[in-house]
Amino acid sequence: MFTLANTPATLFKDLPQSGLAASHAIFSDGNPEQTASIPEHGVMPASNPRIMASRVNVFYGRKQALHEVSIALGKQELVAFIGPSGCGKSTFLRTLNRMNDTIDGCSVTGKIELDGIDIYSPQMDVIELRSRVGMVFQKPNPFPKSIYDNVAYGPRIHGMARSKSELDIIVESALTQAGLWNEVKDRLGHPALGLSGGQQQRLCIARAIAVRPEVILMDEPCSALDPIATATIESLLLELKQEFTIVVVTHSMQQAARISDRTAFFHMGKLIESGWTRSFFDNPGHPLTQQYLGGKFG
Amino acid sequence: MNSNIPQSTSAEITGTLQLARQRIKKRKALDRLLFLSGLGALAIAVSVLIILIGSLVATGHSAFIQTYITLDLDISERYVKREDPFKGQYRNIINEALLQQFPGVTERSAQRQLFSLPSPAAQYMLRDHIASNPKLIGNTIRFAIPVSDPYDQLNKGLVLRETEEQNRRLKQQQINWFDTLDHRGLISNKFNWNLLTNPDSRFPEVAGLAGAIMGSLYTLLICFAVSFPVGIGAAIHLELFAPKNRFTDLIEININNLAAVPSIVFGLLALAVFLNSFGMPRSTPLVGGLTLALMTLPTIIIATRSALKSVPTSIHDAALALGASRQQAVFHHILPAAMPGILTGAIIGMAQALGETAPLLLIGMNAFLAAVPNTPIDASTTLPTQIFLWADSPERGFISRTCAAILVLLGLLVSMNAIAIFLRQKLEKQH
Repeated sequence: MFTLANTPATLFKDLPQSGLAASHAIFSDGNPEQTASIPEHGVMPASNPRIMASRVNVFYGRKQALHEVSIALGKQELVAFIGPSGCGKSTFLRTLNRMNDTIDGCSVTGKIELDGIDIYSPQMDVIELRSRVGMVFQKPNPFPKSIYDNVAYGPRIHGMARSKSELDIIVESALTQAGLWNEVKDRLGHPALGLSGGQQQRLCIARAIAVRPEVILMDEPCSALDPIATATIESLLLELKQEFTIVVVTHSMQQAARISDRTAFFHMGKLIESGWTRSFFDNPGHPLTQQYLGGKFG
Repeated sequence: MNSNIPQSTSAEITGTLQLARQRIKKRKALDRLLFLSGLGALAIAVSVLIILIGSLVATGHSAFIQTYITLDLDISERYVKREDPFKGQYRNIINEALLQQFPGVTERSAQRQLFSLPSPAAQYMLRDHIASNPKLIGNTIRFAIPVSDPYDQLNKGLVLRETEEQNRRLKQQQINWFDTLDHRGLISNKFNWNLLTNPDSRFPEVAGLAGAIMGSLYTLLICFAVSFPVGIGAAIHLELFAPKNRFTDLIEININNLAAVPSIVFGLLALAVFLNSFGMPRSTPLVGGLTLALMTLPTIIIATRSALKSVPTSIHDAALALGASRQQAVFHHILPAAMPGILTGAIIGMAQALGETAPLLLIGMNAFLAAVPNTPIDASTTLPTQIFLWADSPERGFISRTCAAILVLLGLLVSMNAIAIFLRQKLEKQH
């Protein structure tokens, strides 16, 4: 419902041409097999991509969790990853800010570029990467500290504020952007764990955007919330995508349909299909996608 | 669907109902049995504790009161030189004051019996008093001095007057003198501050725990200063940074085993390593503290690790996702969140160390020392070794003092635990 109201109509109008043209430009620079290996319907990257992932494989020890995933994520775009449990969508999300580094025995091959720089190359410092690619988790996980300190932590460690008043401004704008300011402005010193689940999740979003990232990754951000809190977060995401690239992993196909510009479907560690959300749901190309959307498995 | 369910007759239904009721009855009876046996176990534990504390208080409370005799003492220059008050014949001053009270006692053996009334340590108390106030020389002062142990016991009713004279430490004559002095209002009971402010002594009436308390304090301080940072550091490394491989597994098993090693083994180790190899000073809180630190380390490491483990990994992830380094994630978030648990573990370890006796016996912290240690490298006793010493002493006054020392030790333990609870609640409130 939100999708239709908020997605620019122009995006759909010239969708097939511009999408395919862009895909051609991106995937055909001297490497024709790459284009060939990507499922026909999956080639739907945005123009002017923020993140370019090509032929990403992820291994946990000997077990391969992701096979040859290639996708481009545009600026000011909200992309939803859907798929059954264990399909690799969260794994792929975590490779985008190298959170998989913390898991023993996890290795990544392929190439993921953020603004043209390979994030697994030595040029990219993982700390800098994570300050540019923020993350919000499935379960709200505020630090056991005050509301203020939660939001101020990121700017503090990255030295973004030169004075207390600058930090105050950063905290206020982040909380405002997360739609939480009016609810908490009188109790910034109170413990964050005293907030409700939905408020905690918005606090985590405020904490992530306080660092001014370019991309925000969200791993099922609403699965622990009630429908009202979910609706609040969804409308918040639609506002935030004006500024950030947002990637949302979700179990809920309805949620993907409501909020995302593009949807990618993962199955058994493979990216089966990706496309503009409306055509993806109206007219899925791959039989697996059709079955999944039709509720045959999941 | 209904067709699949067999139709039951009313008799069958009543039968099943009865069975179900019986089962419920059985379950309730079992619940009740479990509840009552739990209550019984608790009652046994509480009553044993009450008996223990009760018997300690019953025996030990008399040590907190001391019988004093107040005498008019003539500090004449015959006995004390102004130039050197330390060399005075204070014994004679006290004896003269006693003879003034009982001028009829002239026979030497009777006089000797009379002179046994004040504590043998009284002359030193008087000496210290005069030495610090030399103006008093040449005057007559009223001075309260502790009576010696048998009279103290008599006053407290622990020496029975009904006992036959030959079976009693005090002769009838001595009891009569004491009663006469009591009638004259010269005998008084005071709170026995000496128990806390005096060092150890051969004479129970002036023996105190000051040396042992200071010794325990220094020992614990060194134990804490060594085991707390080392233990937390080791736990953080093992839990959060070390790779999981055979080597770290081996270390982990060894730490768990060390926690179960009998404490006397640590005493032997300290004797061999600290005293014999390193030549550290014997009987000192320094060596005692290091020994107890070795013993406390595994406790602190295990407690810290489990406290770190109990911090949800989501907090670690949240910090990393914001671009914190692993060190920042640990020191900004995980360690503070685990602090209440770490402190609880540390205080439990410290409480264990405070009560530890066996390893300290091996490094000679049970020597008789009539001085309070000024530094951690002065020879000293600790509370538990002092209890051990007093429990071995033959004087009757030490029976109640042993119990009183145990009560002081228990009091310290309880207050340490209270501090732990206070700290934990304060830290938990911050979150």
